[in-house]
Amino acid sequence: MEWEVVIGLEIHAQLATKSKIFSGASTAYGAEANTQACAVDLGLPGVLPVFNEEALRMAVKFGLAIDAEIGLKSVFDRKNYFYPDSPKGYQTTQLHHPIVGMGHIDIELDDGETRRINVTRAHLEEDAGKSVHEGFSGMSGIDLNRAGTPLIEIVSEPELRTAKEAAAYFKKMHSIVTYLGVCDGDLSQGSMRCDCNVSLRPKGQEEFGTRTEIKNVNSFRNVERAINAEIERQMDILEDGGVILQETRLYDADKNETRAMRSKEVENDYRYFPCPDLLPVIIDQDYVDAVKETLPELPDAKKARFENDHGLSATDAAVLAANRDLADFFETAAKIAGDYKLTANWVQGDVSAALNRLEVGINELNITAEQLGRILQLIKDNTLNNGGAKEVFNALVEGKGDDVDGLVDSLGLKQVSDTGAIEEIVAQVLVDNPKLVEGYLATPEEKRGKAMGPFIGLTRKAAKGVNPQVVMEVLKKKLEEL
Amino acid sequence: MHNKTIAEISRDLAAGEYSSTEITTDLLARVKDLDKGLNSFITVTEEQALAQAKAADERRAAGNATPWTGVPMAHKDIFCTKGVLTTCGSKMLSNFEAPYDATVVENFNNAGAVSLGKTNMDEFAMGSSNETSYFGPVKNPWDTDRVPGGSSGGSAAAVAARLVPGATATDTGGSIRQPAALCGITGLKPTYGRVSRWGMIAFASSLDQAGTMTRTVEDSAMMMNVMASFDKKDSTCVERDVPDYTSTLNDSIEGMTIGLPTEYFRDDISAEMQQQVRNAIAEYEKMGAKVKEISLPNTHLSVPTYYVVAPAECSANLSRMDGVRFGYRCEDPKDIEDLYCRSRGEGFGNEVKRRIMVGAYALSAGFYDAYYKKAQQVRRLIKNDFVEAFKDVDVIMSPTSPTPAFKFGEKTDDPVAMYLEDIFTIATNLAGLPGMSVPCGQVNNLPVGLQLIGNYFDEARILNAGHKFQQATDWHLKAPQGIE
Amino acid sequence: MALDQDQVRKIASLARLQIDDGQIAEYQTNLTNILDLVDQLSAADTDGIDPMAHPLDAVQRLRADVVTEENQRENFQKIAPATEQGHYLVPRVVE
Repeated sequence: MEWEVVIGLEIHAQLATKSKIFSGASTAYGAEANTQACAVDLGLPGVLPVFNEEALRMAVKFGLAIDAEIGLKSVFDRKNYFYPDSPKGYQTTQLHHPIVGMGHIDIELDDGETRRINVTRAHLEEDAGKSVHEGFSGMSGIDLNRAGTPLIEIVSEPELRTAKEAAAYFKKMHSIVTYLGVCDGDLSQGSMRCDCNVSLRPKGQEEFGTRTEIKNVNSFRNVERAINAEIERQMDILEDGGVILQETRLYDADKNETRAMRSKEVENDYRYFPCPDLLPVIIDQDYVDAVKETLPELPDAKKARFENDHGLSATDAAVLAANRDLADFFETAAKIAGDYKLTANWVQGDVSAALNRLEVGINELNITAEQLGRILQLIKDNTLNNGGAKEVFNALVEGKGDDVDGLVDSLGLKQVSDTGAIEEIVAQVLVDNPKLVEGYLATPEEKRGKAMGPFIGLTRKAAKGVNPQVVMEVLKKKLEEL
Repeated sequence: MHNKTIAEISRDLAAGEYSSTEITTDLLARVKDLDKGLNSFITVTEEQALAQAKAADERRAAGNATPWTGVPMAHKDIFCTKGVLTTCGSKMLSNFEAPYDATVVENFNNAGAVSLGKTNMDEFAMGSSNETSYFGPVKNPWDTDRVPGGSSGGSAAAVAARLVPGATATDTGGSIRQPAALCGITGLKPTYGRVSRWGMIAFASSLDQAGTMTRTVEDSAMMMNVMASFDKKDSTCVERDVPDYTSTLNDSIEGMTIGLPTEYFRDDISAEMQQQVRNAIAEYEKMGAKVKEISLPNTHLSVPTYYVVAPAECSANLSRMDGVRFGYRCEDPKDIEDLYCRSRGEGFGNEVKRRIMVGAYALSAGFYDAYYKKAQQVRRLIKNDFVEAFKDVDVIMSPTSPTPAFKFGEKTDDPVAMYLEDIFTIATNLAGLPGMSVPCGQVNNLPVGLQLIGNYFDEARILNAGHKFQQATDWHLKAPQGIE
Repeated sequence: MALDQDQVRKIASLARLQIDDGQIAEYQTNLTNILDLVDQLSAADTDGIDPMAHPLDAVQRLRADVVTEENQRENFQKIAPATEQGHYLVPRVVE
């Protein structure tokens, strides 16, 4: 039978607030266990929540970025369940009146096509703490530092059809929230996690099959792998005439398989009801408009502008627009250089290579966008040749200086374009290397182009800053004269 | 000295008649002597009280005294007190030393009040007789075979027995007014949101409100001046100026319109009870008040509504009592589920468990609309009844409770009979209105309470009306036998 | 609404309350009586009535995004049943 895969994602993004959603405790990552869990986060008797205005603003900002309806009245509900990392025995979330309603984003597929994926809703809620299972002699240790960190849970429509699309959707959401600055996007720290709902149905059937939910997948790659593993598992069962159990599963990346979660065996009835300690959150259109004013240019718009106004290829534009810091770096440099394409090549070439080599982010690199822009400017006006530019670039990356023009001078990289001076150098090279000259002259006419290589190298070695274009011309002339 | 009211103690301390240390010592001795028989305190903080009294005397000497500096009082054991046992009447919290102060406690501390300790109560404020306390029932000082009412039975009994001139209390469905009535004292439940709930252990968040237990209305006004405050730590606390409640106590009530809801004067309330209330109304008429029959047509739905809303909220509020971070934990849990089920099963008493289960049931899948949503809708109808009524009247009056104090064990086997004890007080909580009970007579030597219900944030008016009544009558001066 | 004993057990389990077998019948009776009381609501005409969650029609106040809380772990863990290395200890949780 031919099967159609139906995937919906629930992405949890931690909002980048300083304090928690309902308390004044810090949200900073990596503190010692329970040192950032205040009385409210611990759910001590008698404590009460008060809502963080920045969490509200960030959620609205996100809603506007995905072109969603904003809930002018949103209501917090209690979702009741017992679990040691949920200190109050309920999670404060939004069920019926979320802050963000129906919206959408576009994802790019491998074939270059764009697909629109609808977002059902995004609601505000509090994160849970963490259970640690190692190092407590058979017990579990509970750390509630994370409890109460604001989250938005972004729920997609079940419109994704392949694991690849799901990964692209997750990536796109990551790009949007980091662009907005509402989430730091650090997947390794769990700032963004993804629950994947997967089901299969016979092609052509309208009714959905039974779905499973893979919890807490935390990388783009694992979203794709986990979903594919789950599709395979479900397909095997269905092909054998079996039935899928609606259950929560975990992805084991080492084994590349999903397994049912034991802790979710106890059937849950969440008994949602409006949280009586919190009142309805009411905002007006003026508030929404004011937040709208603060929206940055978003990845799609930036990509389109890079393509249409600056002639970048679709691929280049997509790569450069995907990350806001990288895009900002690129554009600042490009404006100084006065050449978007040249800058794009450099950012995707040497800059990317340096980032990968040093394993740092663009803002931690030792070279600023202004410095790169200046280097490229010097290429453009023929002050530097490509090799010289790379040398300056590397010197900056290695922290050997911070003044581009100073480095050009001190490294002696200023390109010599003066034909007279180059003629002298070339003449000297020919005199110093009679054997090479002999060899060149013995080379048949059609292969002489290649045989010219060593002379170019020697000339450039003799004078670092020589303009290769001019060297070629002078060499050709001189050799012909021989 | 123990017969002094808050106002009198405040004046005496200011006049240097005696020191805070002297009266505190005197009352502590009285607690030691009499409370063995009453059980109105769970914890007596003798050392701390004497330290506070000493600090108060020093503060007065330094010229920084407030009307409350050095005045002894007590807190219901539902308010968190830093470093002091805060049990909420439960085994679950029988070892819980709160790591912080409730705002109400902080307000009294800042004013320089002296707390003698924490008063007994029904477990998690669930009860109308104080029989659900893990620490044993409180006895009614008027007749120790009878209940003091609940849930704030400890505060009511302590004030009635002249162990303290005033105590804090809380009221979710009548927990201040009903015990005040049964113990022959004055109890005020303010408008929802008037007093901060921070640090007050939640039973039903949308109904709970802290208030006062005193012998006189004047003292209630004095307590309100300290208790009521805007607190940004409580989202449901209202940002609104706190008037000086003592300044309007003596205003004339001539022309004030009193509404008498027909639904509150029912045939099944004994004629003697009704007569006491009618006598009080007649007293008001003598003072120039007008009386008007009104109808609150949804009154009969208030108890059923309450027993959905309150259990639903408490079922979630009490989930944090799980044996993980504080409070009681069962012995040798074999796994996490066992830890939860046994810690909670052993830590909570039957009434608490019943209410949690009713709440869990009312919220569970398939029943939410029929129970919870329906109750929320009826709650609005009940509120609307009052909103309509207050278009025509200034104060609504009724009996506080259907009967005077009843005997221990009389209603413990039938939760529903116990619930109907609060039939006249519950609607006020559902609507969020202020209500007060003042002693207005006796039946068989047991006190009877008159309930005054005011419009939203109209505490000053019911205090005014209550005070005028106490100026004209002496029911509030009557003390239980052997207490004078 | 009469509850049967299985329902009583199910609700108790949902609320994580251990009820002794010997008490189930008593709970069954009491809970059934309470639900009978509550069932009076069904007669009320509530068509078009907006459910009321709070007595006052107030709206949520917002808190500035400022860190105001300091580490009080020692103070808070003093009252905990079991802690180790700054963690609250519970029987091992299996995911």
